[in-house]
Amino acid sequence: MLKKKLNGVHAPHRKNTAGDKPQRIPTPSLVTIPMSMHIGAPAKPVVSVGDEVKVGQMIAEANGFVSASIYASVSGKVKKIDDVLVAGGQYIPAVTIESDGAQTAFEELTPPTVTNTDEFVDAVRRSGLVGLGGAGFPTAVKLKVNDLSKIEAIIINGAECEPYITSDTRTMIDDADFVWEGVKLLQKYMEAKRVIIAIEDNKPQCIKNFREKCQGETGVEVKALPALYPQGGEKVLIYNTTGKIVPEGKLPIDVGVVVLNCTTLADIAKFIKTGMPLVEKCVTVDGSAVCQPKNVIVPVGTPLKDVFDFCGGFKKPPKKVLYGGPMMGIAVPDLDVPILKNTNAVLAFAEEDAVLPKSTACIRCGRCIAHCPLKLMPAEIESAYKAKDFELLGELKVNICMECGCCAFVCPARRPLVQVNKLAKAGLRDYQKQQKELAEKQKAREEAKKQKENTTNG
Amino acid sequence: MANFIVSVSPHLREKTDTASIMRDVLIALAPALIASFIIFGERVLLVVAVCVATCCLCEYLFEKITKKPCTVRDCSACVTGVLLAYNLPVGIPLWQAAFGSAVAIVVVKMLFGGIGQNFANPAITARIIMLLAFSGTMTTWTFPDTVSSATPLALLSGQAQGELPSLTNMLLGLHGGCIGETSAIALLLGGAYLLIRRVITWHTPVAFIGTVFVFTLLLGEQPVYQILSGGLLLGAFFMATDYATTPSTNSGRLIFGIGCGLITVLIRVWGSYPEGVSFSILLMNILTPHISKLTRTKPFGGVEA
Repeated sequence: MLKKKLNGVHAPHRKNTAGDKPQRIPTPSLVTIPMSMHIGAPAKPVVSVGDEVKVGQMIAEANGFVSASIYASVSGKVKKIDDVLVAGGQYIPAVTIESDGAQTAFEELTPPTVTNTDEFVDAVRRSGLVGLGGAGFPTAVKLKVNDLSKIEAIIINGAECEPYITSDTRTMIDDADFVWEGVKLLQKYMEAKRVIIAIEDNKPQCIKNFREKCQGETGVEVKALPALYPQGGEKVLIYNTTGKIVPEGKLPIDVGVVVLNCTTLADIAKFIKTGMPLVEKCVTVDGSAVCQPKNVIVPVGTPLKDVFDFCGGFKKPPKKVLYGGPMMGIAVPDLDVPILKNTNAVLAFAEEDAVLPKSTACIRCGRCIAHCPLKLMPAEIESAYKAKDFELLGELKVNICMECGCCAFVCPARRPLVQVNKLAKAGLRDYQKQQKELAEKQKAREEAKKQKENTTNG
Repeated sequence: MANFIVSVSPHLREKTDTASIMRDVLIALAPALIASFIIFGERVLLVVAVCVATCCLCEYLFEKITKKPCTVRDCSACVTGVLLAYNLPVGIPLWQAAFGSAVAIVVVKMLFGGIGQNFANPAITARIIMLLAFSGTMTTWTFPDTVSSATPLALLSGQAQGELPSLTNMLLGLHGGCIGETSAIALLLGGAYLLIRRVITWHTPVAFIGTVFVFTLLLGEQPVYQILSGGLLLGAFFMATDYATTPSTNSGRLIFGIGCGLITVLIRVWGSYPEGVSFSILLMNILTPHISKLTRTKPFGGVEA
């Protein structure tokens, strides 16, 4: 069977909210919806200041192939459209809507007619769905496969390997029927020969749920995977479920695989049933500073402050607040930032869990190498980056690093290895671009010289 | 404006740090100290204390003078001190022990950049320097009743006359030798602790000891005695597994261990020194960068350029 196991780390699970059915928070008075909550081009606003909008009404349309439309998450009036600072550090236009509290649904919403693959993919495109596991890749782009026979397997990602987060767990418990309907849709419209529902074995109830549903079915199976972070990383998951290796620079579809997050799939099914696009998210609220950790259902664009207030506020002053889990989550500067489409958790940590560890000299223990799921050598990458040796960084393949954080998690010297990898990746990209340009210039020069020689000879 | 800490992920770290690893090594070295105290008497403690104190003091002073952050708290100097002491005969003059410790820390470790930067194992290099500088005292083996007692290796190689100790005595450590190397049981206990705590992997010790066993068996020597005598167990578990001076990949560690084993046997059988563990580890230390380069991991899904 599988030749070699991929490495990882035993991060603490801390799934404190797994048994907590999500509660809907009161409608926020104001939502700020950035035009970029996905990978690709930011969406283009189609409303203007002063417009009345209703829940599910389009406020921005996808701008290009790799992009996603955005819909109003509250009913009310567009208050302003201006640039906001997003977690990535860029300023992105955002639509701010003042809620009227009524949450009136947009009248024109009707369930889409889906009778064939094109209509299915088009419906997914109109749902505004992006990868809800965190990456935020527009889902319709993933499903736009020219030749359906290329798809050997579709993997439903229910690994949820990040500590704390339980929003996917809740989907697989509360919305199991929608997930199942999604599986049926994939079988019907994507002609999926094999659907694998992959769940980490720390969620026995979810595994049991789907094992029961799979009974007597063909072409769909549940794979219980050991709880080893980063089990849910796309390349790791594909390897651990199918044994396929996605080569550097290729996409899963190039090896005949499509991976969809379980909540994304449930939302596809929901959209096709109701016609309501992605306007709200189930979000896990947890962390050592939070009074009452729980799962909540939140309109997209709700400021984090409203979300934490609903959870009883803070028992200790928060010192670090994250979008997502502690292994890959993004630290935010304040509580005014909004819940995004791909936010699956917001965590707030008190001082003792927030302070940066002091880093000391690398002792070359090799733990980072032993734990890297992609078999990279973070310690070597760090010294190559220090020496600005980009040739070596290319050989060490820093470009395939997925920034899962295992290396920094285990490092006894507390080296900022992920940070270095990020910098090294960016540096390598620039270097390779430069090298390419240089080579092109050289070629152009040589050709010019040749031409000149030809003309003089002639 | 909230004043949140904004930093790159991960925001969670494992508890193990450099100091806790070094503390684990010290714990693993403890059984050998107890055994040695019982076998050789209280002078053992004096030698160990002098070595540890000198190592820590040298590191502290060096960092003070060069205005570098103080790293004595990470306990690595302490480990070097204990390891060096374990490689000395119990009768070593204390000033020589202190001199060796200073060489280990200042010359071999700090001048190369401190922890993680040195290419050679400080304790081993210092021991070799002492062996050359003080060959008399470094090869005078005293036993509890102050009778000079030849080491099993000297007996095996025919450099000394006498009867080999029984296997039980070899295991317990009731024979001539350096402070920390004689009790095989205590060292195995410590090695097991390091393996269980995942401070070291099995690759180096197994390759090292296995190679010595197979090689000496082929040469018609007495493999079990070869393994239990001299500094082999101490070297295989505690010195050939030093992080900075050995490869950091498992395949590299296997090569390192095999190399150590081969060189050890070559020196023991054909060399003019009865013991070859220190030399073998130092030689392999020098080869480590090359082994590391040869045994780079193959990135998952990486495509050859």
